[in-house]
Amino acid sequence: MSSNLRNILLFAAMGALLIAVGVVQSANVALAILNLCLISAIMTLGVNIQWGYAGLFNAGVMGFAALGGLAAVLVSFPPVPEAWAVGGSRAMLGVVTGAVSIVLAIIAFKTVPGSRRVRGWAAAVIALAGIILMRFILDPAVEAIEAVEPARTGFLGGLGLPIVFSWIAGGAFAALAAWGIGKIALGLRSDYLAIATLGISEIIIYFLKNEDWLARGVKNVNGLARPVPYEIELQKTLWVQELAAQFDFSVIELSSIIVKLSYAGLFIVVLAIVFWLSERALKSPWGRMMRAIRDNEVAASAMGKDVTWRHLQVFVLGSAVIGLAGAMLTTLDGIFTPGSYQPLRFTFLIWVMVIVGGSGNNLGSILGGFAIWFFWIEAEPIGLALIEFLTSGMAVDSALRVHLIENAAHTRLATMGVVLLLVLRFSPRGLIPERGK
Amino acid sequence: MTDIVNALVLLANFVLVPGLAYGSQLALGALGVTMIYAVLRFSNFAHGETMSFGAMITILATWWLQEKGITFGVLPTALLALPVGIIATVAMCLMFDRIVYRYYRREKANPVTYLIVSVGILFVLSGLVRFIIGPQDRVFADGERFIMKARAFKQMTGLDQGLAIKTTQGVTVVTAVVIVALIFWFLNRTRTGKSMRAYSDNEDLALLSGINPAKVVAITWVITGALAAIAGTLYGLDKGYKPFTYLGLVLPIFASAIVGGVGNPLGAIAGGFVVAFSELLLTFAYKRVIAYLTPGDWIPEGLVQLLSTDYKLAVSFVILVIVLLVKPTGMFSGKTL
Amino acid sequence: MSFLQGEGLYGGYGGADILHGCDIGVDKGEVAVVVGPNGAGKSTAMKGLFGLLDLRQGSVELDGRDISHLPPQERVTLGMGFVPQNANVFTSMTVEENLEMGAFIRQDDFRPTMEQVFSLFPVLGQKRAQPAGELSGGQRQQVAVGRALMTQPSVLMLDEPTAGVSPIVMDELFDRVIEIAKTGIAILMVEQNARQALEIADRGFVLVQGQNRYTDTGQALLADPEVRKSFLGG
Repeated sequence: MSSNLRNILLFAAMGALLIAVGVVQSANVALAILNLCLISAIMTLGVNIQWGYAGLFNAGVMGFAALGGLAAVLVSFPPVPEAWAVGGSRAMLGVVTGAVSIVLAIIAFKTVPGSRRVRGWAAAVIALAGIILMRFILDPAVEAIEAVEPARTGFLGGLGLPIVFSWIAGGAFAALAAWGIGKIALGLRSDYLAIATLGISEIIIYFLKNEDWLARGVKNVNGLARPVPYEIELQKTLWVQELAAQFDFSVIELSSIIVKLSYAGLFIVVLAIVFWLSERALKSPWGRMMRAIRDNEVAASAMGKDVTWRHLQVFVLGSAVIGLAGAMLTTLDGIFTPGSYQPLRFTFLIWVMVIVGGSGNNLGSILGGFAIWFFWIEAEPIGLALIEFLTSGMAVDSALRVHLIENAAHTRLATMGVVLLLVLRFSPRGLIPERGK
Repeated sequence: MTDIVNALVLLANFVLVPGLAYGSQLALGALGVTMIYAVLRFSNFAHGETMSFGAMITILATWWLQEKGITFGVLPTALLALPVGIIATVAMCLMFDRIVYRYYRREKANPVTYLIVSVGILFVLSGLVRFIIGPQDRVFADGERFIMKARAFKQMTGLDQGLAIKTTQGVTVVTAVVIVALIFWFLNRTRTGKSMRAYSDNEDLALLSGINPAKVVAITWVITGALAAIAGTLYGLDKGYKPFTYLGLVLPIFASAIVGGVGNPLGAIAGGFVVAFSELLLTFAYKRVIAYLTPGDWIPEGLVQLLSTDYKLAVSFVILVIVLLVKPTGMFSGKTL
Repeated sequence: MSFLQGEGLYGGYGGADILHGCDIGVDKGEVAVVVGPNGAGKSTAMKGLFGLLDLRQGSVELDGRDISHLPPQERVTLGMGFVPQNANVFTSMTVEENLEMGAFIRQDDFRPTMEQVFSLFPVLGQKRAQPAGELSGGQRQQVAVGRALMTQPSVLMLDEPTAGVSPIVMDELFDRVIEIAKTGIAILMVEQNARQALEIADRGFVLVQGQNRYTDTGQALLADPEVRKSFLGG
């Protein structure tokens, strides 16, 4: 069948599944899944930009998404005046010192005369000295800030701007980090980029978990501002109550549905924009060149294309999209939880989405994001039901049965792994393969 | 004079002994990773979970032995159970090679594909291990806990500072030394070992020389599977077993391998100790040591700690970055780029 | 019919044919040299004889036996030795280990053979414990040839053995080639340094565009004014 027809059928099937969930479980559950599908789709698009356009394996998706979440906090949370008064300026000085020393280190690496070894050591020494200096400046400030109402705040707060702005900021944060790590790790073997990105994302998460003065660390930041109305306010309005009566919903349920639909609307707009931009880029001369480089790096290099610079562009762009999605995710959650960014849940799951959806194909990424997230969520109740059914013959409190039911959730991981392996083996081009391949 | 000795003992207790143990564990893990890289030419992200799998089987066998009343005296019973873990892990590695990796060798897939495949296997193993043994902490070390207790040391020497050496730490170091010696003997003195080095060095020429690639691949998995089981068990004995932690070991292990020169066995071992000691040295609070070493009663303010212990993992990453900047081929110029 | 005989060879690397029906052969104790301009198919013909590429047409016989469809490893066990042009040693392994790997398929004691190689290439004996990657270009070539000799082949094929070495080293290598031939081994050599190679050749094949243009003894080819003008720079 023609590829267009196939795509339409695949997406229709996806839609049907979501509707089925709405009917069988509830509309709220279906919409909650939909929203996370949308965000996953955007994240997958970002990863696909790196993988599909340039063949780069980014194992640190989680870290870039976390930076997006950080942006959500720093942009939208109102500033905490006491904390600023007590240590704000000193803390800023410390951060600036750290940033300046890193920049100096990079400059040293580029300009100090001598072999790569000399330059490398020079950069490392400068960075180290800068960090020590930063600690000197920062530590007392941090102590003071964290002492300000630790139960409620204990951090500097943010800019108090509308949270939607943070989506752009999240992209910017991630892009900056990507630029830094890309400068170091690109141009080497692809495995190195994977490990380096794994490393940077673990550092980012560590940093966010431990630097309470920045975003409360593991105490989390909740009560983040929303771009959509609150359920409680909706429940009080007349039109919602009337609508609820008309359709035989409870007011609470309807308000929840409306909130989720509002988010969905916002997310769909963002997804559409990102998708449209990605498609334009893919089909542009720039995109064709990127793919030519990906398919034959040696030849492209011989033709004079600066492969590493191109890779850096792609890496930064893709990471920006991931950061954007990360900010959106934290907005949806309303809570910034550094502890929730785990490699299995985040990075590698997104990779399954990219591969299953179709590497190199933007539409495929969206479908992959939807499909895999859907199965990841639904696998839990389905898996549990399956195990309960299989063990129904056993005594109700047999240790084995209890153990199996408790750990049924972990079969999700194994199943996802099997799905990834099967797709890689039998359908490596994914559900929606790259055009022209 | 006693002050200096006290300072040394303090360092030994908190840096040297733990560093030797942790470094041995990293070295064994990195050795496995580097051999897979050298022969099969890809980075196996699933090695951490392979270690977890090996430890898990050993734990199950240990429990079985303990139920039967079989112990190993002062040493952990897990050492008796270890062969079972090794066999199971090797079998699993060979199975995965047969049903997954072999196809990609035939297709001459590029290294990133192998990496993604190893991520798939990571998922499967991760889920499998958690499903079988559950995600919670398991302490399965038994036998005598300490070779040397801090209090006994203080009584023996009359010093203020005590030196404690856990049995698991001693076991780790001794086992690591034995295993490393065996592997180096194998690689340098046996025909099969040399054929593996030849295959890793120059695949085409090795094939021309009549070296059987299937045999080389199988032996690689046997060795690295055994290494994973041993490293995983030792780590679990020393620090308690929790499936979740093994995913976090991937970064230090790869950092060790890259620092030493990926593909070079000697480098992997050296790298393991570099990373372990760096982690400890950079997050150690030097307050008391400085107090001992400076004349008089002066004690420095604050802990004199460069990085908080939470940042231990960050250290391996920083080392990795420095290596990539300064000398990507690592200390011993492994095969790379 | 020569000891090693390739007849009517047609083939290439997958696309168009590079060989268009050439014949190449060498007898025991002989030194046969294949020369010709770039792209003439010299290395291609040698790889075809060894089985490193599929021949579309033509046959290869060793001691009267048809080996056209055997893979290279089997040809090695039958007595063929091949020294590739590049990457022909294990750089991370010592000289001695390289020779050991050369004898990998042998089940018997190969130490006498190793001693023979060391007497043929004394410098290898001196550097036996050094990694092959640390040796000079000429010494590395000696290791490569020594490695191939460890299976005690009846035919030794050398693909451009003097590529990139100095003239002195080249002379030395050719001297060794003659010595090896004296032990009864058939030597087939592809060479870019046509004049020096033909000087030691009992048989010379000039290939042009995958076909035999001139075939004669080395001396005869060197004396032939046509050959001299076209390929030897007068």
